[in-house]
Amino acid sequence: MNTIPAIELRHISKRFGPVLANSDINMTVNYGEILSILGENGSGKTTLMNMVAGIYFPDEGEILVNGEEVKITSPRDAFQYKIGMIHQHFKLVDVFTAAENIVLGLKEDGKYDIKAAANKVREISSQYGFEIDPDKKIYEMSVSEKQTVEIIKVLYRGADILMLDEPTAVLTPQEIRKLFAVLNRMKEDGKAIVIITHKLNEVMEISDRVTVLRKGEYVGTVETDETNENELTEMMVGKKISLNIERTDPKDPVERLIVAHLNVMNREGMKVLDDISFVANAGEILGIAGISGSGQRELLETIAGLQPIQYGGIQYIRPGDGVIENLRDKTPKEIRDLGVRLSFVPEDRLGMGLVGSMDIIDNMLLRSYRQGRSVFLKKKEPESLADRIIRDLEVATPSNRTPVRRLSGGNVQKVLVGREIAAAPTVLMAAYPVRGLDINSSYMIYHLLNEQKENGVAVIFVGEDLDVLLALSDRILVIGRGHVTGIVDARTASKEEIGLLMTKGGHAS
Amino acid sequence: MIQFIQRAIILGIPLLFGCTGETITEKSGHLNLGIPGIMYVGGICGVIGGFFYEQGVGPENIKPALAILIPLTCSILGSLIMGLVYSFFTVSLRANQNVTGLALTTFGTGIGNFFGGSLIKLTNSDVPYLSLGATSRYFKTSLPFADKLGWFGQLFLRYSFLVYVAIILALAAAFVLKKTRTGLHLRAVGENPATADAAGIPVEKYKYIATCTGAVIAGLGGLFYVMDYSGGIWANNAFGDQGWLAIALVIFTVWRTDFAILGSFVFGALLIVHNYITNLGMAGQELIKVIPYAVTIIVLIVVSAREKRETQPPQALGQSYFREDR
Repeated sequence: MNTIPAIELRHISKRFGPVLANSDINMTVNYGEILSILGENGSGKTTLMNMVAGIYFPDEGEILVNGEEVKITSPRDAFQYKIGMIHQHFKLVDVFTAAENIVLGLKEDGKYDIKAAANKVREISSQYGFEIDPDKKIYEMSVSEKQTVEIIKVLYRGADILMLDEPTAVLTPQEIRKLFAVLNRMKEDGKAIVIITHKLNEVMEISDRVTVLRKGEYVGTVETDETNENELTEMMVGKKISLNIERTDPKDPVERLIVAHLNVMNREGMKVLDDISFVANAGEILGIAGISGSGQRELLETIAGLQPIQYGGIQYIRPGDGVIENLRDKTPKEIRDLGVRLSFVPEDRLGMGLVGSMDIIDNMLLRSYRQGRSVFLKKKEPESLADRIIRDLEVATPSNRTPVRRLSGGNVQKVLVGREIAAAPTVLMAAYPVRGLDINSSYMIYHLLNEQKENGVAVIFVGEDLDVLLALSDRILVIGRGHVTGIVDARTASKEEIGLLMTKGGHAS
Repeated sequence: MIQFIQRAIILGIPLLFGCTGETITEKSGHLNLGIPGIMYVGGICGVIGGFFYEQGVGPENIKPALAILIPLTCSILGSLIMGLVYSFFTVSLRANQNVTGLALTTFGTGIGNFFGGSLIKLTNSDVPYLSLGATSRYFKTSLPFADKLGWFGQLFLRYSFLVYVAIILALAAAFVLKKTRTGLHLRAVGENPATADAAGIPVEKYKYIATCTGAVIAGLGGLFYVMDYSGGIWANNAFGDQGWLAIALVIFTVWRTDFAILGSFVFGALLIVHNYITNLGMAGQELIKVIPYAVTIIVLIVVSAREKRETQPPQALGQSYFREDR
């Protein structure tokens, strides 16, 4: 075996604006091994690998390939050093065949010959045990086939160092097993393989060594044989940090929302929610923890009536008279009118709930225009609401007439959350409300949620940061791969406990 | 009957030029609604070139090669400039493609009428049109032995060179798009520019070249219309809906320039068939002229309903591409 490491990173740092994505990271990748990079969301795994793949350029530090210092400024450079990365989001042209996608952009000598390319694809496939038809169109393929095309694309270009970003996130258990078999074959072939993941069981199964990152920092590297899931979890989540969030005891909690045996499929026919049951109480914050993409979004959307339910029910108990309403048969509008409000902050922030080119007043109007009786818009009320949100939440904006697109991310979120709270909800679902916010704005949002809780609202809070979830919630529901893996008391639970539940993933794996 | 087919083919050729040009453009992800204007400019530029050559040397001293080359070069230059303007706005400045295209159509028609009117004034003639009979004669020259070959010659060989250029261009475009690396890359740019970019394809370069090539080819359609179809006679606004029909033809032929050859003849036939049906009132004639558009709409509906991905427009058609956008 080659003793020179395939890749060596020395003191790599990368910042995006004020955010330090990677700080002083040292690590090595060897030929003939599978290395896992383990870490929570936002721990800098993908950023680090993107620097090796030529997507980003490190601010500090050196990258050595085969023992020599190199500068990788583009994916093309990376290919020259025989480095290939398979991204989470596939870059494929839908109406092209697999073979066409594989040769796309390649400058080969000689005549363009798609048949020869297809044959070479078949050769690579049989060498590593892929199952792929090079003449099949991408849009006819399953996610796993598309991933195979991406992997072959990299191999076709002669890569010896392969990096896979969350390769199992979109696969079924059977497909994962196949992928792992292929990865093992490539490893035996002497290739260096890096997989980025946050699933502990997979780390234990496939990798030879594990490098753990936490919040952009290097925690350590361990041999898989000499470690166990508990140790890795502790490395991944770190010691508990106490946050200064006020938490009052719930005042006479009554059941408000009962979710029973909920099953939901996504558009591709994959099960995203599997037998989810829980109760949300009024006057309580129910935290939802889970690796991103485990079904949190679908769960909230289902409650809001935006996703069809395969099986199961959602009961809503009206405050005051205790009448039970079944949300399953209601339209999103009827659900909203009952006071079930959803404020979802997606990755791109403007994707849901706000119209970027409209000003704050008009965005307020979006949720209330139905109340009007006349043909013309009444702007008085939304205007005073906009002013109130700007004042109370300290939204930094030139005026209430500024298009929300021009506001900074934090301010956009304040407008979004503020509007939903102003509707005096009985159930408030806030997903990632502090995503990308600075500390002060985050605390303001936590304070808002706490206020709602004291007002007797059933708050459902989906968060990324376990410390915050533990400090803010009363109970925490943990979901993994569409299953409820546990419901814990946030006052007594430990971070490791939740971390383990998050990575469990139900019966599927 | 043979005469009917001939007329249909000749009327279809401007559409075929326009359609081939627009298809190449659309394959790069740009919907160029400026095609009618570009064809108009292609026509008037050819007329300007031919006019000054004819006037300069006198109708007796015209050399055949120059009589063709000068209008041809002028036409190509004119539509190339239009193509460059469109690309600069939509590719480099990322302006809205529909607005830019429609503006170019208005602009092209206006500038064509302006120069057309000016030239007519220069001749001090009383009639509202301009005749370039001498130049047109050379454009219309066909193979000398065609007439001797009976119906076969009548049907296939009795046309001027631009007709064959149109067909060859359409076949060549189909071949390049389907069978070459350049075509693969161009289609990738129109389908998914982000993917093409990641694969190292120079997206903007492809868009510029495709749009300008498309404009030049479409412009030839305008030149052919003036020099061959109308016999060298330029009258303002006599151009009709050729440009829009060419764009409709792109949809009708589901973005395949080889289909477009037959498609353009069908459209040409539909445009003149009313002349061959007797006892047709004015209203009936106009109704028949509508058929190409109606057929296009039906094709569009059928194609969309079948949801076959190969017959859909390029996925990124009409969207500007900006790398930093996500």
